[in-house]
Parts: sequence; C-alpha cells; structure tokens
Amino acid sequence: MSNPWSQDSALSTRAEPRVADPAPGGLHFGIGTFAFQTADDDGSPTPGPQVLRDVVAEAVAAERAGLDSFGIAEHYRPGMMDSAAPVVLGAIASRTTTLRLGTAVTVLSTQDPVRVYNEYATLDAVSDGRAQLIVGRGSAIESFPLFGFRLADYEQLFEEKLDLLMRLLREQPVTWSGRFRSPLVDQVLEPSVAPGAIPVWVGVGGSPQSVVRAARFGLPLMLGIIGGSIERFGPLVDLYRRTMQTLGQAEQPVGMHVHGFIADTDDEAIERFWPVWSGMMNAEAPKRGWAPFRRDRYDAEVAAGSLVVGSPETVARQVAAGMRTLGATRFDFVAAASRMPHKDKRENIERFGLEVVPHVRTLLADTATGVA
Amino acid sequence: MGIQRIAVVGAGRVGTAVARTLVDAGYDVTLSGSGSPAEVEAFASIVAPGAQARWTAEAVTQADLVIVAVPLHRLASLAPAPFTGRVVVDAMNYWPPIDGELEEFDAAPDGTSRVVERLLAGSTIVKTLNHVGYHDLEVDRRALGHPQRLGLAVAGDDPSAVAIVAGVIERIGYDPVTLPSLADGRALQPGGPVFGARLTAAEISRALRDLRLEAA
Repeated sequence: MSNPWSQDSALSTRAEPRVADPAPGGLHFGIGTFAFQTADDDGSPTPGPQVLRDVVAEAVAAERAGLDSFGIAEHYRPGMMDSAAPVVLGAIASRTTTLRLGTAVTVLSTQDPVRVYNEYATLDAVSDGRAQLIVGRGSAIESFPLFGFRLADYEQLFEEKLDLLMRLLREQPVTWSGRFRSPLVDQVLEPSVAPGAIPVWVGVGGSPQSVVRAARFGLPLMLGIIGGSIERFGPLVDLYRRTMQTLGQAEQPVGMHVHGFIADTDDEAIERFWPVWSGMMNAEAPKRGWAPFRRDRYDAEVAAGSLVVGSPETVARQVAAGMRTLGATRFDFVAAASRMPHKDKRENIERFGLEVVPHVRTLLADTATGVA
Repeated sequence: MGIQRIAVVGAGRVGTAVARTLVDAGYDVTLSGSGSPAEVEAFASIVAPGAQARWTAEAVTQADLVIVAVPLHRLASLAPAPFTGRVVVDAMNYWPPIDGELEEFDAAPDGTSRVVERLLAGSTIVKTLNHVGYHDLEVDRRALGHPQRLGLAVAGDDPSAVAIVAGVIERIGYDPVTLPSLADGRALQPGGPVFGARLTAAEISRALRDLRLEAA
C-alpha cells in the first residue's frame, strides 16, 4: 500500500462503535443555537465576536445544567455568527467535560466531506470523544452561491456528500469517486476515529424523500420543527421507522428540534417571546415573500406545541407531549431565539436543564409505566 | 363536467399534502415523482395513503385534472406532451431564497405561471394552491358555510378551466376566489398580499382590490 500508516489506521478502525446516544430506552436533551447577533441591554447589537464568546458561555451553562448536547447551526448572513461551528465547538470542548458537541445542522450539500471529517475527527479527539453531527440539505441556501454550487444539484449534492462522509466515518481506507469532488484512492485520513464513533443524524424539514434517505443510510432522524402541528410529523416518523424495518436497518432514535422560551408564568413567557419571534419571522418575511406574521398564528403555534413557550411546568408538558406524539427520545431546545439578550438565553438554557428536563423525564417515565 | 381522477405530479412536501387532501375529499388520486412508481409507492402508502403511485406520463394522460407541484428548476425536465389539452394546476412558486435564481422565472413580468404555461405548452394552466403553506392546507380545511372557512384564489384565462378547479377547491374545504386572467396570479406569488396569509374569501378579495387600487 502506498500509505505507510494505512496498517495502523486499519487496526484502529476495528475498535467497537460507541453506544448510540441516546441509548435504547434513554433520553437525550440538547440545546441548539443559531448564534444570532443578540441585543445589549440598551437594545443595541452586541458585537459579533462577543456573541461568539457568549455562545461558548451558553454551552458551559448547558453542561452545568445537566444537558446532554450543544449544537451550532450554519449560516452565512448578516446578524448570524454561526459560520464556523467546529471552531466554536473546539473552544467549548476546552471548557466542558461531558457535553456532546454538535451541529444543527451542518449544510453538508455545500461542504467538502473530507474537510468535515477532518474537523469533526479533530474535535472528537480534543474533546475526548464528544463530537456529533446533524447534517442536512439546508433550508437557507446562501451557502450555494457562496461556495460555488448550483442549487439545481440540491438533491444530488447532499446524497453524494452524505455517502462520502459516511464512508469516511465507517470504513477507511476509502476509494471513492463522484460528481462533485476529486476521487479518493485508498485514502486514509487522520486523526482516525472508530467506525460509527461520531454520531451523524440527518436533519429533515418535512420532505418524505429526505426521511427515506435517512433510513437508507441507517442514520438517526432529527425533525426540524418550525411551525404547524406536531402531529403532521407523525406520518414522517412512521415512514422512517417502516423504511428502516424494510431495509433491515438497526433501530435508531428520532429527535426533534424546537424553538421556545421559558419564564416564570405562561403569560410572561408568551408576551416576552411574541416580539422576538414575530420580529424574527417578519425580518425573514420580505426575503421569503411571506405575509406578516400575525398574533393569532403565534398563539396557534404555542397551543399546538410547535413552539414551546410558557412556565417550566407548561414547557415540560409541551415537550413531553411532543416527544410522546412522535416517539422521540431526543429533544433539542432552541432557547430564546433571535436577538434576545445573552443573559436571557443563558437563563433559558439553565431553566430548561434544571427545571424542565427533570419534569419531562418524570412525565415520560409515568407514561412508560402506564401511570399517566 | 365531473372531475374524479386527479394526477398530482411532484411527491415532495406539497405534492403529498395535496394528495392527502384530495384523497380525503373522495377523489381518485395518483402521485408521481422523479422516481419510479415503486419508489413513490414506498412512501406514498404511508404519508399519502390512498394515492396510487404512477409514472408521470401515464398518470397525466389518464387524469381529468393535473396538479403540478415540483421544484421549479425541475419543471423543464417534465416532457410536455402528456399535458397537452389538459387542465393543469400550477401550485408552484418561484422562491429565490429556496430555488436560487432561475433566470427564466426572474424575468416574468406576467407572473411565473406564464412561464409554466410556456414550458407545458398546449395545456390550460390555472394557478391556485400556491399561496397556502403545505402544512396549513389540511389543518385549515372547513366545511361549507363554516364562519372561519378560508379562501383560495384561483386564476386562469379559460373560464371553464377556472370553474373546474374552483369546484375542486370548494370540495376540499375552501371558498374559491376566481380571478379572470392567469396574469392575475402575480398577486398570489411570494411577496403578494395573500401569500401564506390564511385569509377568508372576503379578505382575499379585499386584499386584491386594495392591490389594484394601489397600482392604479
């Protein structure tokens, strides 16, 4: 073989995969963030570099509050600082010890899977095995022109790149060729990771084809929920599970990624989050051609549980109900989205971990034993 | 003219939501996508039970009405021949933040449905269903006469085609608001006053009238 180290790498790839997270019967509670430019107390925008330091502090708070993971999104637009998740995750790694460090989502369609492997294998090494990924096609598409990809190749790009990434994570050395990057011949990448050691979830927004793809790859499914009723995702979960079964894939967990806000009382939470959420939707509205976001719509989303907003008690009930409806064992909370100040985000992360999650665990345990 | 067989072309989020709604309303529905019927069937049986998976050409030639809901950049890959002489609903939107820039649809002074009309030459295009969110379509259905029944605008040049489609809209649970020209469909596009707005028929009519006054 041409690579003098290939024998070592081949040995290392024989290691046992780590236990899936959440393990069967277990639950996983994480935080997702878009690293939005927040507002200072006087309402002025917090400088971007400070926002990123605040994100690191929020992740540290998440670990202290007993949460399982922290995931950073990927955007390339004004007011969002989430353009280089692995760098931020590396900083978080050095200040935490148990928190899983992940993405929500990595827009794999416009990334080089080799580079993604390098970054997350390195993150996994420096964090002592805590890297994880959620990969998706991306709903925001600014990365396509930015990195020189054609949106018309949307589907094929994701399929090909996911294939290569999973090959790299499952079976080095890799010999591979595709449409969108140079071929690999007996390629070994360092640092090596044990096959399956870095969990890769597929993030989907509602397309049945994406759900089938996740099942084909045998990967866990993360549902990005930004509106509508939770129930409408039921058939997609059903589709995922049945396709996994048909293909003989090992059972994998289903997760959900939901926005929300926690305050002392329901009314306070609903009133404080309304300007933030409507502000975010209405900032996006002209770009996407949406009609202005109305209060009745907001109230309906809160009532249906696609936004979890209220007292810790109420949010716990919404979270448990949503997880039960979809049979989800992972719940990622996007705390206090948009420009809400850092201290509110941090407080929300802490309240989610300390006040909501223990209650959710109790509610779901009651269901499991038939008490509720 | 009785409409019973409807071909939904496009098996993504929108197509499957439309197919479910039509099955619920008692239509015979086929669903086709870029994959084979077997591939479509594998998920249609779960997310749109009751809809029959077919090849697009076969489904379209056997249908009384066709509803197209494919990503716009894929439209050019549909063979236009089977659509000839048929009433075809354009349920699609040109959405640069999602589709990217498509030159042809970018320069569409008479609305994107006129471009669809050119690409599917020989068919009669009617624009509707595009301005309701796919995840709202089923939730927002109401029985005829319900005080909160919402409206859906239906735009087309051919009055009988518009009437056929309006009948379907009424049967699935919305009050149709008919517009006499396909170019009127511009007002239903992203950025327009009714796009994603969940309005009653009266509110849609008012919003479109205000828009005309503004333009005048």
